[in-house]
Amino acid sequence: MEAIEKIKEIAAQAVPGAKLEIINSTPAAQQPALLVDREHIHVVAKFLKEDPRFQMDFCSCVTAVDYLPKADKPGFIEVVYHLYSVAQKQGPIVLKVRAPRDLDQCRVPSLTPLWRGCEFQEREAYDLYGVKFDGHPDLRRILMWDEFTDHPMRKDYVPPADYEWEPTPHDDTLQRAAQEQGIMPPTAREELEKAKKK
Amino acid sequence: MAVDEGLKSELQKQGIFVLPFEQLYNWGRKSSIWPLQFGLACCAIEMIASAASRYDLARFGAEVFRATPRQADLMIVAGTVTKKMAPQVVRLYNQMPEPKYCIAMGACAISGGPFKDGYNVLKGIDRYIPVDVHIPGCPPRPEALIHAIMTLQRKIANQHLEKGQRPRWYDKDADSEYPIPTYGEHDLQPPANREVWQPPRDYRDVTLEEVKKA
Repeated sequence: MEAIEKIKEIAAQAVPGAKLEIINSTPAAQQPALLVDREHIHVVAKFLKEDPRFQMDFCSCVTAVDYLPKADKPGFIEVVYHLYSVAQKQGPIVLKVRAPRDLDQCRVPSLTPLWRGCEFQEREAYDLYGVKFDGHPDLRRILMWDEFTDHPMRKDYVPPADYEWEPTPHDDTLQRAAQEQGIMPPTAREELEKAKKK
Repeated sequence: MAVDEGLKSELQKQGIFVLPFEQLYNWGRKSSIWPLQFGLACCAIEMIASAASRYDLARFGAEVFRATPRQADLMIVAGTVTKKMAPQVVRLYNQMPEPKYCIAMGACAISGGPFKDGYNVLKGIDRYIPVDVHIPGCPPRPEALIHAIMTLQRKIANQHLEKGQRPRWYDKDADSEYPIPTYGEHDLQPPANREVWQPPRDYRDVTLEEVKKA
C-alpha cells in the first residue's frame, strides 16, 4: 500500500478543500495517521472506501482519545478510525478527527452510514468520552446505564466517592478515604492519644 | 442432648438411629442445596467445573442447578458484579424463596477484586445482600467452592428450630426482600444497603475532625 504521504496527496486531490495533516504517532506504534477536519471526514472516508486503489471495506476499530488542555493549547477529543481493506489485503489507514472537549460542541460526523460495524463502537465512544456522532442511527449509551450522566474515560472524570475501605489504607488511598469518608488509619487512635497527652 | 452418647453408639450398631428432629431436618436441608444457575464472569467457569464429573458437586447434593430463582436455595455470585448488573442480582435474590443462602465467589464478588478502583464495578455484592460464605481467589478453584458449600452445610446444620433461636426466615412474616438499588446519575442509589453492610467500625473510631483539632 502507498505511504501515508501518497495517500494524503491522493485524498487531497479527490476531496478539494479537505484539511489533511499527517500525525506521526509514537515510535512504538509506527503508524502515521491522517488527521481530517470535521467537515470533510465523511467525504474522505467515503473516498477511501470506494476508490479502487484503496477499497477500505472494513472499519476495524473506532475509539477516542482525550487530550487535556495544555498551557498554550486548548484540549480536544480525538476520534480514531482504523480502516482495512479485506478485498486488497491491505491496511490499516488510520483516520483521526478532532472535536472540542466541551460536551455540547463535541460532535463529529458518524461513519456508521459507511461502515455498519462502526455503530456499536461509536456508541461506546459516545458513552465513555461524550462524543456525539451526527448521523448515527441509534446513539445511546452502550456500557453504562441510560440514566448515567458522566463520561468516565475522560481524564477529568471524578468517580463517585464509594471508595472501598481497605485494611491498610496508605498514600492516595488513605487521603481519599480520609477526605471522602472520614476513614482513618489503624494507628490514628494511638497517635491521637499521644497528641492529647502532650 | 437427652440421649446418652454411649447408648446412641450402641443403638447405631443395631441399625437404630436416635437423634433430635432438628438434626434430621437440617440434614435434609443441607444435603440438597439447589444453587441458582447463573454466572457473571470467569468464576462461573470454575463453578461449572465443580458441577461436572471431575469435581462432582453431586457428592454434596448441590448438583441441581435451577434455571429459575423460584426453585433455588443458594445463589452463587460467581464473577464480577458490575453496577449495571447489581440491581438484577438483588432482584434475583429477592425472588428466591426462604430459606435462601448466598455464596460470594471470587475476588470480584467479595470486594470488586482487580476492578475495585473502577467506576463501573460494585465493590462487593455484600453491599446489597447478606453473604453467608465469602470465597477469595481469582478465580477460586473448584475445591474452594466445594469447601464453601461444606461450610454452608455446617452453617445450616447448626441452625435451631426452638423458639428464640430460630433463624429469621423461619418466621412466616419475616421480610425476605432487600431494597433494589436504582440507577443514579453518577452511581447506584443508594451506594450500599446500610442494613446489611457497614464499613468496619474501628477505622471510624477517629474522625478527621478530631485529628485536625488535636
